[in-house]
Amino acid sequence: MAEKKRTQVEDIDRSMYDFRYDDSDAEKLDAGLTPEIVREISERKGEPEWMLEHRLKSLEIYNSIDMSDWGPSIDGLDMENIVTYVKPNTDQKSDWESVPDNIKDTFDRLGIPEAERSYLAGVGAQYDSELVYHSMQDAAAKMGIVYSGIEEALHGEYADLIREKFMTLIPPTDHKFAALHGAVWSGGSFVYVPKGVKLDYPLQSYFRLNAKGAGQFEHTLIIVEDDADLHFIEGCSAPKYNVANLHAGAVELFVGKRAHLRYSTIENWSKNMYNLNTKRCRCEEEGEIEWISGSFGSHVGYLYPMSILAGRRAKASFTGITFAGRGQNLDTGCKVVLGAPETSASVETKGISKDGGIQTFRSSVVATPNAEGSRCTVSCQSLMLDNRSRSDTIPAMDIRCKNVNIGHEATIGRIGDDKVFYLMSRGISEEEAKTMIVNGFAEPISKELPLEYAVEMNNLIKLEMEGAIG
Amino acid sequence: MTSNILLACHGLSAVVDEKPILHEIDLEIPQGEVHVLMGPNGAGKSTFGHVLMGDPVYEVTAGDISFDGEDVTELAPDKRSRAGLFLSFQAPVEIPGVPLRSFLRAIMEGRGEKMKNKEFRKKLQALAETLDMDPAYLDRELGVGFSGGEKKKVEMMQLLLLQPKLAILDETDSGLDVDALSVVSRGMELYRGTCDGTLLIITHNTRILEHLNVDRVHVMVQGRVVAEGSADLIAEIDANGFERYEAQLDA
Repeated sequence: MAEKKRTQVEDIDRSMYDFRYDDSDAEKLDAGLTPEIVREISERKGEPEWMLEHRLKSLEIYNSIDMSDWGPSIDGLDMENIVTYVKPNTDQKSDWESVPDNIKDTFDRLGIPEAERSYLAGVGAQYDSELVYHSMQDAAAKMGIVYSGIEEALHGEYADLIREKFMTLIPPTDHKFAALHGAVWSGGSFVYVPKGVKLDYPLQSYFRLNAKGAGQFEHTLIIVEDDADLHFIEGCSAPKYNVANLHAGAVELFVGKRAHLRYSTIENWSKNMYNLNTKRCRCEEEGEIEWISGSFGSHVGYLYPMSILAGRRAKASFTGITFAGRGQNLDTGCKVVLGAPETSASVETKGISKDGGIQTFRSSVVATPNAEGSRCTVSCQSLMLDNRSRSDTIPAMDIRCKNVNIGHEATIGRIGDDKVFYLMSRGISEEEAKTMIVNGFAEPISKELPLEYAVEMNNLIKLEMEGAIG
Repeated sequence: MTSNILLACHGLSAVVDEKPILHEIDLEIPQGEVHVLMGPNGAGKSTFGHVLMGDPVYEVTAGDISFDGEDVTELAPDKRSRAGLFLSFQAPVEIPGVPLRSFLRAIMEGRGEKMKNKEFRKKLQALAETLDMDPAYLDRELGVGFSGGEKKKVEMMQLLLLQPKLAILDETDSGLDVDALSVVSRGMELYRGTCDGTLLIITHNTRILEHLNVDRVHVMVQGRVVAEGSADLIAEIDANGFERYEAQLDA
């Protein structure tokens, strides 16, 4: 009856992200992980002594704890083969013109400097293990906002503050990859927003992993003091190689009293990436964290940004979307700790699976004995685009006090044939019709993103939907 | 038959989940005419409309459909649409997250109609006014939370926007209220007036036909076309119902 248009596409055209440069001129350390490598990383960076100690201790922990026994398989990840440290052939620049051409071209193609010109208050760009570019508008600097590489900040005005906070939300003992991160972390951003300062434009970091078989372990530390306000955007991508790459970054966010932080991410790592990223935020009294999270790339992903509501009436919201296509197993969700009275959190996620992809929503909500009068709602919707794909929902709730209001709702469905037929009866092709339905499904998330990212997300969905028919 | 037959089906049979619904339907609609398809509940009238549009839920097991001189039996619904066929749904779907305006834009672009933003806005604004529709609906998600009458307005809006060669209006059993009824009537008049369109109206409700000059009436019972005639048949059915035809088949 209906003429089936069969478009067989073995691999989606991701050429926009999939270019890469020869990494032969970059210095690389030997693969594998030893105390010598950790010492060498630290030495090259000229770090304070406490950081070296932290690294060595983390390495010990890494060697002493087991891999997690839940979630998607990470058997394809051989740590001996992940080059932990790749230093690009440049030092950090604050003048775009002086960044080497191949790196500049990379970020140009990803639209980074353009985005900065058009609407960002500051931009940082990390290439492999090091920041290569960092700049911030004068206006933001005059307000006392600090946005710099975290390594240089270790020697600056806020060195003590960093020492006080560094890996306290994500201690190396938390899990094996947190320990690994503690041992070999490199690059990342430090942001400090002083009391009462509100920045109208977002700051952005962009992470690019270019080298083959490498790991990226950047550390992002953001402190938003009392009554301050910040929007931070993080983007990630990498070209595709046939060997595994690892991303085990850490994001630690501290939100002061009555302060507000919005943290937006569009993750589009290539499909050989193991994305084992850890993100946490602590909110003091009446502080608020808003997470916006889009996961499109990676071969395997474990990602559960955590909100610790430590002060009375602190708030968290998590808005996320995950799209798992062929060969992808993305286990995403979030964690919430209601740790004080009258805190509140809302979680809204969308999951899409296609072409044999596996998408799992996993969440944990804990109401501590302190959390009286708190509430949390979790809502997740999944859409499976064919019979080969899989979507699961694994919500966990641990309630340890009275008088809290916790709700969870989940729906899992398929694209309605009646909807596709309706759109097609108006002259829209089957592929476009499905793309339109999926984009509509994702709309509650994309409307929360800055325009450029919303456009990028719609383009990613369109790319993923090409070849979906047949 | 003359050469100006716009739609013709011959010996058309269709099944859903292997259950036969339509049996050897022969039907022709010449260009520019208004035809009505009537029949009791469950006669297969809506199925017929959907099969003409190419709904993959149904499988054509015999016969063929030709439209505008082309055999469209195997054609996908989007290609039929672009060839000039239109089906107004009895129960239009909801597409969350897709604003009506974007949807209308997509269906116009889908057929290569390039219109400047401003021009398109104006056109939609005018259509909304014509159909007594609050323009705020243009920015709402397609069908989500729309009343039955509003959904009908959206269907009529597409009819007037696309100006198809043949419009199949599936109004069976939909229990249209007075408001929705007048919207459909107005939509049909405008469609006839602006582009001399051809209509196949699937209905129970003869009020909808009051202002139209009906050229021919087809009666469907148990998946078969059992009678055809002039507009006079409408009054006859109004008075006597379908029992006579049903008795004929059961005999």
